[in-house]
Amino acid sequence: MTTKKQPRVDVKKTYKLFINGAFARSESGRVFEVTAKNGDFIANPALASRKDLRDAVTAARAAQSGWAKATAYNRGQILYRIAEMLEGRAEQFESEIALTSQITAAKAKAQVTDAIDRWVWYAGWSDKLQAVSGATNPVSGPFFNFSISEPQGVIAIASDVSFIDFIDAIAAAVVSGNTTVVLVPGSLAVPAMTFAEVLATSDLPAGVINILTGSLDELAPWAASHMDIDGFDISGINKKKHGELKVAGAENLKRIHAFSTGQSPTRILAFMESKTVWHSVGV
Amino acid sequence: MSFYGLVDGSEKSLLKFLEQLSGVDQVGADSRAAMLATRSIKTTSKKWAIDTAISMVDLTTLEGADTPGKVRALCSKAVRPDPIDPTVPSVGAICVYNDMVEIARTHLDAIGGEHVPVAAVSTAFPSGRASMEVKIQDTQDAINAGAAEIDMVIDRGAFLAGKYGMVFDEIVKIREICGEKAHLKVIFETGELVTYDNVRKASYLAMLAGADFIKTSTGKVAPAATPPVVLVMLEAVRDFYTITQRKIGVKPAGGIRTTKDAIKQLVLVNETAGPDWLTPQLFRIGASALLNDLLMQRMKMSDGYYASPNYVSID
Repeated sequence: MTTKKQPRVDVKKTYKLFINGAFARSESGRVFEVTAKNGDFIANPALASRKDLRDAVTAARAAQSGWAKATAYNRGQILYRIAEMLEGRAEQFESEIALTSQITAAKAKAQVTDAIDRWVWYAGWSDKLQAVSGATNPVSGPFFNFSISEPQGVIAIASDVSFIDFIDAIAAAVVSGNTTVVLVPGSLAVPAMTFAEVLATSDLPAGVINILTGSLDELAPWAASHMDIDGFDISGINKKKHGELKVAGAENLKRIHAFSTGQSPTRILAFMESKTVWHSVGV
Repeated sequence: MSFYGLVDGSEKSLLKFLEQLSGVDQVGADSRAAMLATRSIKTTSKKWAIDTAISMVDLTTLEGADTPGKVRALCSKAVRPDPIDPTVPSVGAICVYNDMVEIARTHLDAIGGEHVPVAAVSTAFPSGRASMEVKIQDTQDAINAGAAEIDMVIDRGAFLAGKYGMVFDEIVKIREICGEKAHLKVIFETGELVTYDNVRKASYLAMLAGADFIKTSTGKVAPAATPPVVLVMLEAVRDFYTITQRKIGVKPAGGIRTTKDAIKQLVLVNETAGPDWLTPQLFRIGASALLNDLLMQRMKMSDGYYASPNYVSID
């Protein structure tokens, strides 16, 4: 028997969507192509349809009350656990980002490190939010009057093309107890789905973060008009289209925001609403 | 006594009739139901299907925790499922336990819902484990309270033990009590009958005994109204019609929660029994959560954007 080594067959990854904690192909069966800077083929991620969006919203809605009900401490722990997983996969993220974006390996490395730090920063806010944004209001009577910030519900995110923007948007939305449907543009699809693998191996409950890769132009109008989405982060959408999305979102008074700063507690508060509670002063 | 001239009511004639029925090809039934489930129903057909499905819903609440208030709320929803859209049809019927029949009937009549019948589950629903006297009284109570439809359960224990005559006699007796006053639906609890052969036998047994409708399940046992089971029952009513010229209705109940599920059922009806059965007189869907999903799909079709459960009632 000869010992000549056989050439190895590549094992290529099938990129799918991340809906309700599971990796599912697009219901439409569509895919698109992601190529490297030099035009080399990298992957065929799923091209999500509006039906996938609808399924993701259903999953996010079902997960929302449980996620919001978890203690702030528990949410912080789970998000921190995700950072641990991100750290372990840092090199994979760096190479994927360098391969699919127009940036150098050094810049990709810096971006991934920043993104992980940013995730930890947002995770830390979970049990500090109430202290900063809540209040005991002075009233003219024998009552306590509290303002408490509560998560809005289901937030859609149209992510910008950089990985750190993607991380900022998700972290800011989920830390308070919202659940999310994240629409990811084609060029970020590969690291976004690796991020989904991180989520699948963390302790995050299914449906809290759902990730759809595809065309923002196709999906954003459906997300904007969807009556069961409470807020929409449109930072990744061209400014010219903001007007029509806001009109489409007016039917259910959806909060629609585009953010210019990445690291800020205002991004968390943007998708929270204030509840005021009266309570009589006890004896 | 003669039952369509096919059996004389004796256990012997019944056994003879049921034994000559051919067995169900299980793989064939599964694959035919799966094939029909892939039919794509869109735009105007979907709109029609949604409205038809709404008119066929037997809006059901069968909980130990049912209160008069909940039943009244459900009745209001039955008459006008979407309060802001009067073009939505009323549902097929309200289905409740027999102590709630009078409350439902009175409320329906008071709010202009005279056209919505009240169905009562009967004969010691859902297990069917009681003496015949109790079952008769149960049915009589429901009819006295104003039920126009009786959903009786068969004694599955007796059926599985091969006591077909006993099951038959029970249905005949309840049919007599119903008389002209109430339609009789016979519930098999197909999840407990295990095989499709048993479902076919039970279907013929019930039809011969005088059932107006045959119904899959109580909703308390899973699996319930799976498409192949409904297919077998639809084939039975179709064949029974060719023999006797009498159209028997079919009511799948349990596990039908989405518009997609409901439309699959309508496709099954159209392709098996035929379009004649696409009417609330001959096809009903026993459900509670389904109605909200149908309403949300209807909103999506008329508004052009996806609807939210915030805009339908919590039942």
